[in-house]
Amino acid sequence: MNRVIAVFTKESFLVPAVAIILGLLTGAIAMLAGGFNPIDAYTALLKKVFGNAYNFGETIRQITPLIFTGLAVAFAFRTGLFNIGAEGQFIVGMIASTVVGVSFDLPAIIHAPLAIIAGAVAGGLWGAIAGYLKAARGVNEVITSIMLNWVALYFANWVMNAFFIPAGKQTSEEVKDSAIITIGWLAEMFDNARLHWGTLIAVLAAIFFYIILWKTKSGFELRSVGLNPHASEYAGMNVNRNVVKAMFIGGMFAGIGGATEILGVFHYQAIMTQHTGYGFDGIAVALIGGNTPFGVILAAILFGVLTFGASGMQFSAGVPFELIRVVIASVIFFVAAHGIVKMFIKPILKKKKEGGN
Amino acid sequence: MNSVKKVVEMRGITKRFPGIIANDSITLSVGKGEIHALLGENGAGKSTLMNILFGLYQPDEGEILINEKVVQITSPKIANDLGIGMVHQHFMLVETFTVTENIVLGNEPKNGLKIDIQSAEKAVEKLSNQYGLKVDPRAKIQDISVGMQQRVEILKTLYRGADILIFDEPTAVLTPQEIHELIEIMHNLVKEGKTIILITHKLKEIMAVCDAVTIIRRGKVIDSVLVKDTNPDDLAAKMVGREVNFRVDKTEAKPKDTILAVEKLTAMGNRGVNALNNLSLEVRAGEILGIAGVDGNGQSELIEVLTGLRKATSGRVLLNGKEITNQSPRNISESGLSHIPEDRHKRGLVLDFTMSENMVLETYFHPTFCKGGFLDYGAIDKHAAKLIEEFDVRTPSIYTPARALSGGNQQKAIIAREVDKNPDLLIAAQPTRGLDVGAIEFIHRRLIDQRDQGKAVLLLSLELDEVINLSDRIAVIYEGAIVGIVDAKSTSEQELGLMMSGGKVMQGGGNDE
Repeated sequence: MNRVIAVFTKESFLVPAVAIILGLLTGAIAMLAGGFNPIDAYTALLKKVFGNAYNFGETIRQITPLIFTGLAVAFAFRTGLFNIGAEGQFIVGMIASTVVGVSFDLPAIIHAPLAIIAGAVAGGLWGAIAGYLKAARGVNEVITSIMLNWVALYFANWVMNAFFIPAGKQTSEEVKDSAIITIGWLAEMFDNARLHWGTLIAVLAAIFFYIILWKTKSGFELRSVGLNPHASEYAGMNVNRNVVKAMFIGGMFAGIGGATEILGVFHYQAIMTQHTGYGFDGIAVALIGGNTPFGVILAAILFGVLTFGASGMQFSAGVPFELIRVVIASVIFFVAAHGIVKMFIKPILKKKKEGGN
Repeated sequence: MNSVKKVVEMRGITKRFPGIIANDSITLSVGKGEIHALLGENGAGKSTLMNILFGLYQPDEGEILINEKVVQITSPKIANDLGIGMVHQHFMLVETFTVTENIVLGNEPKNGLKIDIQSAEKAVEKLSNQYGLKVDPRAKIQDISVGMQQRVEILKTLYRGADILIFDEPTAVLTPQEIHELIEIMHNLVKEGKTIILITHKLKEIMAVCDAVTIIRRGKVIDSVLVKDTNPDDLAAKMVGREVNFRVDKTEAKPKDTILAVEKLTAMGNRGVNALNNLSLEVRAGEILGIAGVDGNGQSELIEVLTGLRKATSGRVLLNGKEITNQSPRNISESGLSHIPEDRHKRGLVLDFTMSENMVLETYFHPTFCKGGFLDYGAIDKHAAKLIEEFDVRTPSIYTPARALSGGNQQKAIIAREVDKNPDLLIAAQPTRGLDVGAIEFIHRRLIDQRDQGKAVLLLSLELDEVINLSDRIAVIYEGAIVGIVDAKSTSEQELGLMMSGGKVMQGGGNDE
C-alpha cells in the first residue's frame, strides 16, 4: 500500500499537475496573441466534453485507446526501452481482430475474447520484433520500432485490400455480431455514444501493468534490467530475454487497444491513408503519466478531454483546432523540462516543509 | 611556518544544509608552496569546504582570505580569477576532443574567427614539459589512460593560470604506478611555486607527499599538524575518533580441500587480444589467495570469466571439482560462488532499487522469496532488515534507494548479501576501493571471518598493502598469466613489485604447477 501512496509523493504528482496548468496558460497566451478569448475557448472546450451525454461518452471512447498505447510505451520504458512503435503495434492489433472478427463464426463468449487475444498476440509479436533485433543484433529499438510503424500501416492496407475489402469499396466487411464488444445498454444511456468493454479492459490492463512490474518475479527482472543492465547480468538475469519480453508485453497493450477500437467502435477496418496517431500520443501520455499505470490513465484522460473538446472550442469559440496542439505541446514541454516546473513549485514545497517542522 | 606567506586562509567557515551542519566554524590556513592535506572520512565536510573555496557554495558564516586579502568568492569564475583551480574526482572532459581542445574549451585563443589551435597546442606542450606531465597535446581523450586524463585536468587549471590547486581524491582512480607519478608531479608543481590542497582519506599519501594536514570530523576541525610531527596511527585515530587497527589480526591459515581450480585459462579482452594466457591457479578452503598485479594485466577479465560474465576461449574452471567453465552467471552463483564486484555502481547494485530489493538481487527467485511467480515482499523485507542489522549498514530504512547511501555503506550491503549466500568461494574484487579506514577495517574483518569459517577467498586488489595484509598466499599476475605464487608472510613489496613488472619468475608456483 505504501508503494501506491508513494506514486503520489509531492514531486511525481505535483510536477505534472503544475506542468498542465503552465501548459494551459501558455495556450491561453497563444490564443490572446491570435486575438481569441482564452476563457471563452476553455469554457467551450469543457462544455463540449461535459455538455451532453453523447459527447461525454465519446470522450471516454477517445480516452480508451490512449490508455492502451500509453501503457505500451510506459511498460517498455520501465525496462529501459523507448518504444516508439506503439502505433504499429496498435495497427497490427486492428488487423488481427478484424481477421478473426470477419472470418470466424463462433459464439460471442468465445468469438470476442478470441478476437481481442488475437490483437494482443499480434501487437506483442510486432513489438517483439524490435525487441529481438535489439537483443540479437544490438539494433536500436527506436529506429526499428519507427520503421515497423510504416511497415504495419502498409501491411494492414495490403491485407485488407487483398482479402477483406470487396471490390470497389474502401472498407472491409463488418465483423460478425458475435465479435462486437460495444455495450448496448450503456451506449443507449449515453445517446448512442460508442462505448465498449475496451474501457474496462484498459483499466484492467493498468492494474495488470502494476501487478506484473511490482509484485512478480518477472517484474523484478524487468525493472532491474531497465535500471541497470550490468548489475542485472551480474545477478544472473538474462538481459536479452527481458528486452524481448518487455517489448512483447508493451506491444500486447497496444495490440489490445487496436483490437478494441475495431470491435468496439468501428466494427470494420478501412484503408488507412495515414497513421491513427494513438501510438504517437501514447508516448506523450506515458511521459506525462510518469510511466506509472495510474499516471497513464490520468494523462490519457487529459489528452482525451483536450483533443475531443478541441472541436467544441473551434465550433463555438472560433478558436482553431490546432491551438489545442499548442496546449498539449506546452504540457509535454513543461513535463520534460521539469527543472523549470520545480522552479515554480519550489516556494510551495519550502512553505510546506517549514510548516511541517 | 610563520614566516611563510599565507595564500589561503579560511576563518570560522560555517555552512548549514537542511538537517545538518556540514562545516562548523572551520579554520584552515595554507602557506605558499605548501602541500596541505584535508583529511576526513566520507561525509566529514571536506568537499563542502573546498566547494566553498571554489565558489560553488556560499558560506553562512566566516571569511576567506586569498593572499592575505579578504575576498568574496561567489562563483567558480571568480575563483579562477583569484588563481584557484580544482581537479575534480570525476573528470569533466569531452571524450572525442583532443587534449588541447579540452584544455582551451571555453577559453579558446582566436585567430580572426578561427580557433588558433596551433598556438594553443604549443602553449599546452610548454606547460606540460615545465611540470613534467608528459601529455601529448594532440591525443584524443578517449585514447589515453585515466592517469593521463587526470593530467589533462591539471593542465586545464594551469592553463587558466591557477596558483592554488585543489585536488579532490586524486588517487581514487589511479593505479599504484600512476600514484607514484602523480606524487612526483605534485612535487614539481610546488617547486614551480604552486600551492596544493589535497582532499583525501588515504594516510599513506599524506605521509608521502604533504607538508601539513588538517583533520576534519563531522564538520569540525579536530587538529592541524605538520606531517613531520605525526604518524599514520595518530592521524587515523583523529580522523575516525577512535583507535584504528591497521595490522589485520589473523591466525595461521588452515587450508583444506581445493575449492577453485583454474586450468590453463585463455580469454579475449575487450580489445580483441588475449587478456588471459594459459592462466592457472588454485584456491583452497580456509585460505585467502590474493592476486597482485598492475592494473590491466588481466585481473578484471579473470574475474569475469570465473563468474560467467565473459567467455573463456580455452581452459577449464572447476568449483568443488565440478566444471563451471562458460556457464551462466546464475548457474555459477547457484553452485556456491559469491562475488563482490570491483565496480559497485555498475555491477553490484541497482542504485534506484530499494535496499530491500538490492539484498535479494541474486536470490529473488528462491522459494523463500518467490511463490508461484509472485514475490513475497514480507520475507524480502525481513531478510533485508536482518542483514542490515547484522552488517551495520547505515541506512534510514530498508526502503531507501541504494543511491542515497554512502560508498562505505553500499559496500557493506553488497558484502552482507554475498556472505549471506553462504558460498564456498568468495571473490572479492577491490573490496575497499574508495572507502575510509573505518569501513576498510570492517570489511577486512569480514573477509578473514569467511576464511576462518572454512571458505575459500580470492582477493583482487590494486592496493599492495591490502593484498599483503589480508592474503595467506599471493599470486602475481602479469600479462594475463600467473608469474609466481609467494607466501604472504615472507614476501616484501620489493619482491612483489619486481614480479608485477614482469621482472622474473620467483620460487614456487607458476603456470604449469
